[in-house]
Amino acid sequence: MAAERMRSPLGRAIGLGSAKEGVGHWWAQRVTALALVPLALWFVAGVIALAGTDRAVFVAWVSHPVPAVLLVLLLIATFYHAALGLQVVIEDYIHAEAVRLGALIVMRLLCFALAVLGIFAVLKMAFAA
Amino acid sequence: MAEFRLPANSRIGIGKTHPIPATAKRPRRFRIYRWDPETGEGPRLDTYTIDLADCAPMVLDALIKIKNEIDTTLTFRRSCREGICGSCAMNIDGTNTLACLKPIEDVKGDVMIYPLPHMAVVKDLVPDLNHIYAQYRSIQPWLQSDSPPPPDRERPQSEAERAQLDGLWECILCFCCSTACPSYWWNGERYLGPAILLQAYRWIADSRDEKTGERLDALEDPFRLYRCHTIMNCTRTCPKNLNPGKAIAEIKKLMVLRR
Repeated sequence: MAAERMRSPLGRAIGLGSAKEGVGHWWAQRVTALALVPLALWFVAGVIALAGTDRAVFVAWVSHPVPAVLLVLLLIATFYHAALGLQVVIEDYIHAEAVRLGALIVMRLLCFALAVLGIFAVLKMAFAA
Repeated sequence: MAEFRLPANSRIGIGKTHPIPATAKRPRRFRIYRWDPETGEGPRLDTYTIDLADCAPMVLDALIKIKNEIDTTLTFRRSCREGICGSCAMNIDGTNTLACLKPIEDVKGDVMIYPLPHMAVVKDLVPDLNHIYAQYRSIQPWLQSDSPPPPDRERPQSEAERAQLDGLWECILCFCCSTACPSYWWNGERYLGPAILLQAYRWIADSRDEKTGERLDALEDPFRLYRCHTIMNCTRTCPKNLNPGKAIAEIKKLMVLRR
């Protein structure tokens, strides 16, 4: 801003122009939210139903195709949705360009890594039994 | 980086208290934000007491009375005094509104008056509107059409097409909504804010305009449009009872529809 002191207000308002993106992000956030409603309800119900049982029962549950596939879908939707949402939070509140970029990269990689970790755990249980 | 403490020029000190008029039948206290760029001092809150028995009903009437009778240095914008020019937009009793439409009687306790939030202050209750006016200019708020109008009359528009503009054309650009929007506070440099987006939609929704695609292109941006998180402060605060939140939602809907 200080470096742009002599720039016209219109020039400053137009800035670098429109990025011509954002719809994809907005739409994906809504679609993943929609997908998460049944997936999250199913997951919570499933966990409650298995509450108090030992590990073997749980692993047996996960090794069935339907719970295994739904768990993988839940992990994908959760971490995709989380990455989209956290991106908005970072863009909203972090204004130093370098810090923002760094935070976005770390957040993205972390969400991706956590999703892969979760999916690997599900598959390991599913195929071990 | 996020800021957790107000900058020095936003911390408000205690100002002058002007004496209560001895003859006051219905005294009422007004506490008003004051800042003069020429003194080099920080902003302060001055206290004025006026007699409501001898004052017209609106907050703007009280401000004019204070300026006329107590303190001529009090600076604020006003013009039409009937809610159509948008000049006297300010934060009264914690809500952005027009001083000319806000009855003093609606406020409980002291009447607290600040300039529109999170804008640079020119003086006292006068915010710097250069950037937001430039943002308004940037959306090209005028009819654009390649088809020439009929030679003998205006461009035709059906009643139903005209009705699409209801709730949009009434906006007076007072910027109560934009300055009530946290997204505009944090990212106002790039986010257009509810007032400008409602105006952008006013031209997108106009059946006579042929630049709808270009207009949507110009808005499709993570910051210009998508900083709106439907907080809805805009709709809650609008002194003309318009719904900028809905206008923004309509733009987002069109963005998806044209994919």
